[in-house]
Amino acid sequence: MLTGTELSASIDKLLVLRKEIVSAFIDTFVMLGISTTVAIVIGGLFGVFLFLSSDRQFLQNKTLYAVLGGITNFMRAFPFVILMIAMSPFTKAIVGTGIGPIAASLVLAIAGSFYFARLVEQNLREVPRGIIEATESMGARPFTIIKVLLNEARSGLVLSVTILCISLLSYSAAAGMIGGGGLGDLAIRYGYYRYQTEVMIFIVLVLSIMVISIQASGNWLATRLDKR
Amino acid sequence: MNDMIVLNDVTKSFLSDRSIKDKDGKPHWFTAVEPTSLTIKQGEIFGLMGYSGAGKSTLLRLINMLERPDSGQVVIDGTDLTTLSASELRIARHNIGMIFQQFNLMSNQTVFDNVAFNLKISGYPSRDIHKRVMDCLAIVDLTDRAGHYPAQLSGGQKQRVGIARAIAPSPKVLLADEPTSALDPATTRSLLTCLRDINEQLGVTIVIVTHEMSVIRRLCDRAALLHQGQLLEVADVRDGLIQATTPIGKGLVVED
Repeated sequence: MLTGTELSASIDKLLVLRKEIVSAFIDTFVMLGISTTVAIVIGGLFGVFLFLSSDRQFLQNKTLYAVLGGITNFMRAFPFVILMIAMSPFTKAIVGTGIGPIAASLVLAIAGSFYFARLVEQNLREVPRGIIEATESMGARPFTIIKVLLNEARSGLVLSVTILCISLLSYSAAAGMIGGGGLGDLAIRYGYYRYQTEVMIFIVLVLSIMVISIQASGNWLATRLDKR
Repeated sequence: MNDMIVLNDVTKSFLSDRSIKDKDGKPHWFTAVEPTSLTIKQGEIFGLMGYSGAGKSTLLRLINMLERPDSGQVVIDGTDLTTLSASELRIARHNIGMIFQQFNLMSNQTVFDNVAFNLKISGYPSRDIHKRVMDCLAIVDLTDRAGHYPAQLSGGQKQRVGIARAIAPSPKVLLADEPTSALDPATTRSLLTCLRDINEQLGVTIVIVTHEMSVIRRLCDRAALLHQGQLLEVADVRDGLIQATTPIGKGLVVED
């Protein structure tokens, strides 16, 4: 058990680091915000086309499906840290620098996109085929059919965004390697390299609370949206 | 009466499962519809009847080109659908409603929105949509369920939403793919009455696929008897009896 003195000493150590903690918190939010948003857009589009080009769908095309699926598998095969190194020339070209939270966001966004693409494909596959057929029989345009598909799959899609967001939060810790900053990075630098266990515990607690909140909001929204 | 639906020598085959090969080692093509010609008149209720695998659902799906025929013509109200472009076909489909065995309603949309959806995509004036939806729900006696989701309805109610959705843009033809097969006998009876009323009041030509002889006897004016992709005969239905003449047709008809 911690004694009162030990506890206040630990709190003091955390207070000394409050600036770093706040800035790490902001960095984490920036990385999560940018990468999740980009991954939803790019991954969502990619996932829709993966689904539509697959067997028995209206853009059915074996070659297109093989190419899209191949790219997705290839990108998902990269361990995140290696993707970060491999992408550094690319991030430099786009963001102007290979380090920092924005550069890290880009790498996170790419990793997240292909991850999310598969989740979207899987969710769309669960929409009963009859609903697509009914929509086709009414003379709906392809774009309308896609809207119907997404709306029917919306509850699963929300859960997928939740999983995506939590995975990116966890990946973002590794982004510290390219100076991405963020809470995970702080936990490694102070908690692990400098043996400040209290920093590690504090950050892990904060991260846990974030994961719990993201998951709980995702579950809540998914339940509300599900009318099946 | 005018000819509403004319099928001219339509055929349809499907590529079988990869495990089934012909003797020459090529994949096997399964013929679902042998060359078939059929004329259905305006305002008629026409049945497509046969055992599973007779090709009756495929034949129905050829009428709105959910399946494109390998050969032959599909002429609806004077227009050959096989010659239309994708966008022309979409417009032609606004004239052909369809209901399904599994209802196929959008589960995340209310009853109202399911019906309104078909009106929106068929270009119905948006200020009139509300009234038209409520009118259609009144026809199927579901106005009090407008705000419900399909999951909150019984099977019979879901199928009635399907009917309201299908007839909303005032189509000339209503295709019904085993509409009562998922329903109990009492619900089936009330649904058949509903279809009969729609036919009489709106003059919609109805084509109904079923394996239940009782459905044909209660509802149809004529019925095509199908067997293994072939049209055996078109039988009249008089006084609740199906007037089959061919041996297999007679065999089909006696069973119930």
